[in-house]
Amino acid sequence: MIDSLVHLFDKYHLVAAFAVIGLAMYVAYWISNNLTRGKLHGSAIAIILGLVLAYVGGATTGGSKGLSDVTLFSGLGLMGGGMLRDLAIIATAYGVNLKEIRQTGFRGVVALFVGVLISFVAGGGVAIAFGYTDPVDITTIGAGAVTYIVGPVTGATLGASSEVVALSIAAGLVKSILTMVATPMTARLIGLDNPRSAMIFGGLIGTTSGVAAGLAATDARLVPYGAMTATFYTGLGILLAPTVLFLAVRAVM
Amino acid sequence: MVIYGVALLAGCMMAGLVIGDLLGEMLNIDSNLGGVGIAMLLLIFITGVLKDRGKMADSTASGINFWNAMYIPIVVAMAASQNVVAAFSGGMVALVAGVLAVVLGLALVPLLTGKRPESALEDDPLAGETRYTPTRTSVTTGAPVLDRNRHASSTPAHKH
Repeated sequence: MIDSLVHLFDKYHLVAAFAVIGLAMYVAYWISNNLTRGKLHGSAIAIILGLVLAYVGGATTGGSKGLSDVTLFSGLGLMGGGMLRDLAIIATAYGVNLKEIRQTGFRGVVALFVGVLISFVAGGGVAIAFGYTDPVDITTIGAGAVTYIVGPVTGATLGASSEVVALSIAAGLVKSILTMVATPMTARLIGLDNPRSAMIFGGLIGTTSGVAAGLAATDARLVPYGAMTATFYTGLGILLAPTVLFLAVRAVM
Repeated sequence: MVIYGVALLAGCMMAGLVIGDLLGEMLNIDSNLGGVGIAMLLLIFITGVLKDRGKMADSTASGINFWNAMYIPIVVAMAASQNVVAAFSGGMVALVAGVLAVVLGLALVPLLTGKRPESALEDDPLAGETRYTPTRTSVTTGAPVLDRNRHASSTPAHKH
């Protein structure tokens, strides 16, 4: 009985995921309305709930894809994967104010460069503080602080050890997850309530999943503006980290 | 037809990804450079032209709006499939590096935004929710209400 149920959930994984996420959203919005009186967004609670479930799933299965490694919830991987996520992000652009994007365009580009640089310096600086001296290691960890994709790509290009690459991925994951949680909490403080600051936020933080979830939990209307700049971030990081930034680190060390 | 909207969305996505891939190849990086962003611009541009010519049917729009409304649930599913365990078990170097990157990034947002534009979206924690409700209903009814509603509510906010 149980076996055939699990089999059914596995076979119809995407449909099952829709039902599971719908239920999770209901619980999250119920908590938001009844326990926090709407002070904490339902979407923010839902995302935190998702992260907690991902931890539980990862801890019990030892896999790398959170709750979606549990057979019963395997559809979450497809539903929350890059393909549907990007489709939904693009759909949010429908109804966007083009004037706003044109006006903030230049600042957005500046934010992109500053964002990659500041994250890289933060990650590389921490690596030095923890005693790393090899420019390859420092660059790889710094690149990981840019995003968890830039880290391993840079590490592979420079020939870093798998230990350091794993570290760089972890740094990127911490950044992404912290962004999801910290963005709605600090939004008021940093003035993240208009399209312009959302575009700059997207450029400065850049990690797509973090920006996507952080803005969704703050104000869904800001999502397209932040996503627009963030989408260039990883590419820029991969462009700069193993080349210009690596040369800079080697010159300094 | 609803599929026209979905196909338009999907077409923009694929075109954007192809351009992003070509850009990446041109710059010799092993990554898609801004494909999603390019797709967003394509969608904005094409739907804008269609709207101006009165060729944007409500059912077409609802095909796009459905995915727009699915955004948050998809993000929740994404959160549930993150490798949270690895993030926490990466050791102090990873933790401190990640935290520092976020703190510095967030701190720089007001600096780069400059003078706070007076166009701030009004301060209502549930504004996003109430405004997105019509979007969701429209998916089933195909009612044009949603679009006007969304514009009416967001226009004053975006005005300079």
